[in-house]
Amino acid sequence: MAVRLKVNGSTHSVPAEPDTPLLYVLRNDLALNGAKFGCGLAQCGACTVIVDGTAVRSCSIPIGGLGNAEVTTLEGLGTIDRPHALQRAFIEEQAAQCGYCINGMIMSAKALLDRNPRPSEADVREALAGNLCRCGTHNRIVRAVLRAAKETGRT
Amino acid sequence: MVALTRRQFSAGLGGVVVAFSLSPRLALAQAERLPGSLQTNRMLDAWIRINADGSATVCTGKVELGQGIITALAQIAAEELDLPLAKVVMISGDTGRTPDEGVTSGSNSLEQSGTALRFACAEARAIVIEIAAKRFGAEARTLTVADGVVSAPGGRTVSYGQLAAELDLKREATGKVAPKASAAHKIVGTAARRLDIPAKVTGGEAFIQDIRLAGMVHGRVVRPPRYGAKLESFDETEARALPGVIMVVRDGSFLGVVAEREEQAIRARFVLMTSARWSGGSALPETKNIYEHLLSLAAQVSVISEKKAAIPDGARRLEATYRRPYVAHGAIGPSCALAELKDGKLTVWTHSQGVFPLRRDLAKVMKMEQASIRCIFAEGAGCYGRSGADDAPLDAALLARALPGRPVRVQWMRDDEFGWEPFGPAMVMQVKAALGADGRIADWQYEEWSGPHGTRPGEKEGTNLFASWELAEPQPRSPSRNVPLPAGGSHRNAIPLYEFPSQRVIDHFVPVMPIWVSSLRTLGGYANVFAIESFMDEAALAAGADPIAFRLAHVKDPRAREVIETAVRKAGWKEGDKGDGRRGRGFGFAKYKNLATYCACVAEIEVDPMSGKVRVPRVVSAVDAGLIINPDGLVNQIEGGIVQSVSWTLYEEVRFEQNRVASRDWAQYPILTMPNAPQVEVELINRPGEKPMGAGEAASGPAAAAVANAFAHATGKRLRDLPLTPTRVKAALG
Repeated sequence: MAVRLKVNGSTHSVPAEPDTPLLYVLRNDLALNGAKFGCGLAQCGACTVIVDGTAVRSCSIPIGGLGNAEVTTLEGLGTIDRPHALQRAFIEEQAAQCGYCINGMIMSAKALLDRNPRPSEADVREALAGNLCRCGTHNRIVRAVLRAAKETGRT
Repeated sequence: MVALTRRQFSAGLGGVVVAFSLSPRLALAQAERLPGSLQTNRMLDAWIRINADGSATVCTGKVELGQGIITALAQIAAEELDLPLAKVVMISGDTGRTPDEGVTSGSNSLEQSGTALRFACAEARAIVIEIAAKRFGAEARTLTVADGVVSAPGGRTVSYGQLAAELDLKREATGKVAPKASAAHKIVGTAARRLDIPAKVTGGEAFIQDIRLAGMVHGRVVRPPRYGAKLESFDETEARALPGVIMVVRDGSFLGVVAEREEQAIRARFVLMTSARWSGGSALPETKNIYEHLLSLAAQVSVISEKKAAIPDGARRLEATYRRPYVAHGAIGPSCALAELKDGKLTVWTHSQGVFPLRRDLAKVMKMEQASIRCIFAEGAGCYGRSGADDAPLDAALLARALPGRPVRVQWMRDDEFGWEPFGPAMVMQVKAALGADGRIADWQYEEWSGPHGTRPGEKEGTNLFASWELAEPQPRSPSRNVPLPAGGSHRNAIPLYEFPSQRVIDHFVPVMPIWVSSLRTLGGYANVFAIESFMDEAALAAGADPIAFRLAHVKDPRAREVIETAVRKAGWKEGDKGDGRRGRGFGFAKYKNLATYCACVAEIEVDPMSGKVRVPRVVSAVDAGLIINPDGLVNQIEGGIVQSVSWTLYEEVRFEQNRVASRDWAQYPILTMPNAPQVEVELINRPGEKPMGAGEAASGPAAAAVANAFAHATGKRLRDLPLTPTRVKAALG
């Protein structure tokens, strides 16, 4: 059984059952590291990706339901040499300790900035309420998102 | 039996003596003491190699847990070698390549590995200069080094790369070459950016979960429904018939499955869980009885501090008991490991805090020589102590043994992690004090009760790996022991730093308990500091004194005083401020382990008396960690320690029901979320003349006490049981 899906602008065919959660296909078939396994229960947000503009939990989305939807992962935002404004801001603010949750933070923030380019601090905190961080990096993460918003707003 | 003649006996003994004199233990006893971990890893080339391209490869036994240690160690190495930071390549935690520095824990890495690297790199630089001096025919003292290039008067230069072939670091360190004076530091003391962050924010290969080996297959384990349960039966045929399933592995009560694809392994695990039948298991307390249960267990009792003086007549007696529940490490990424058995050699990739101790236990369970096992560290999600990180590698090894030649990746599921990580143990702390008419504490009596905090692998006897106790031929559990003082385990920070004329501190250490527990960030330090600092506020209130003035009247150490005064100044603390029923502020202080970083916190609190919900909008902190290696890294550690401590203090408690762990996911074990995270401000006090100290655990206890004291200040009611749940708050406010 092969399923076709669109990820970061390319179409892929993967040898997985339609009920396979998107997360495992991204990680194992497409070798994308961004989305992380955290709970498999859509509770922690470590696996967040963007599907057609909305931040979703890839651990709980079966690939069979995606159809022609566009999936964007952390890798689809930018690269280490050409980072996205959010990725750059997370580096500038040194907004990570272990960094395991950061994929979800950046992807949820991306969806926020796409619909609200000038969020307040409270907007950012609310938008990231479903993304758990265990190291206590919360304030740096919020600062990084606000910095990215400011920089994107300027250009 | 043939009796040995004296000559034969001596000849035999001769051999023994020769062998013995080569043993590291005896060599160590005879050799001079070397700084930091050089003491136990004495060869320079164990730490440093200079490469032909002019870079340096620097090895450390300590590992990155998200605390930024690898960047800080690279800064130290670059500083002493006079190399740009970009030319230092770090290798960490590999039994095949790095020094054995035990476990990365206890905020010890800067003191142990950092000190070793300071001296080893300073010595390596001196050796490089000697070689260059010979080449130039110049005196070593006339040469200068910058950015990996040695210059002689007259403009001649030679690079480290050009000298690499002549440089022989296969020699024992002397510890005699002094590291740079702090005034000369160019890289140490700067906020160098973390080396690991760019990959982590762009989807690079940053974590153990990102390792994909050729031919790799996916494993999952099926844990018992409760501690100590035995596997009676399961339906192997059903699981084997599922798509992609390669093998079901059972050894005693250990049950695992390997499949081609990850989702297939997850499916097979679920099917096996459904059919598995288990018997027996340990009796556990219900959540509401955990403290009675703890106090009912057999304890080893020791008096760890005693000072006697007459208690003045008319002294007021105060008494209080504090409690902290079982707390989960709750790593965001559940434990993961990879293992491959090939040609009789086992290779394990792990995010264990100690690859060498892990290898010692793996060797026992797998019945292999340690030399045939290589454990390689790769980063996991932050662990904050001994999580399931050490247990997943054995799971992977047991599955890999059944499938030689194929690498097996085991990823624990969320309920595996919550159900089978060793929790931070519950503790009970009781304080009694006599308050003199002079407003000072005349006598202090402190007792704490706690399970073990240090059940890590690598002990001499037995093993401390979960699956090893479940096998058909089980390993005995390592006898549990308390982490010894002065750092301490259950009694970490139990001896007050304050000076009282008379005091007694008693540790009740419960070595055997039915709940699987181990080290969580600070060990007993969090609960002991919470109790001591809460009680200091209670005593100050009884004495009619400001909590800060009251503390300062009992502490002489100038570094402690400066940290306390700095924090309250930064926070805008006003003596005599009154809480208004909803808002208040509180203070907490500790010197971590009573021998390392000083940290003071002021927390502000908001209490909603209707809902019982508590928020901590702001925490201000001051820190003295000695010589600062990386100020931003230090601030990040303190911020994280505070925010995590606020989460523990307000929300966290592992629940038990019907002899099982009931907290199995984030809905049943809520933690602090983004909207409720406090703003944190940190002021650093740099001590260039003092040794650098780790700070990963410095803030946890002070932050908790500051929150509890702020609650009492706001409401006039004291909560002594953690966490400060709405139920407890409403009950306290009546």
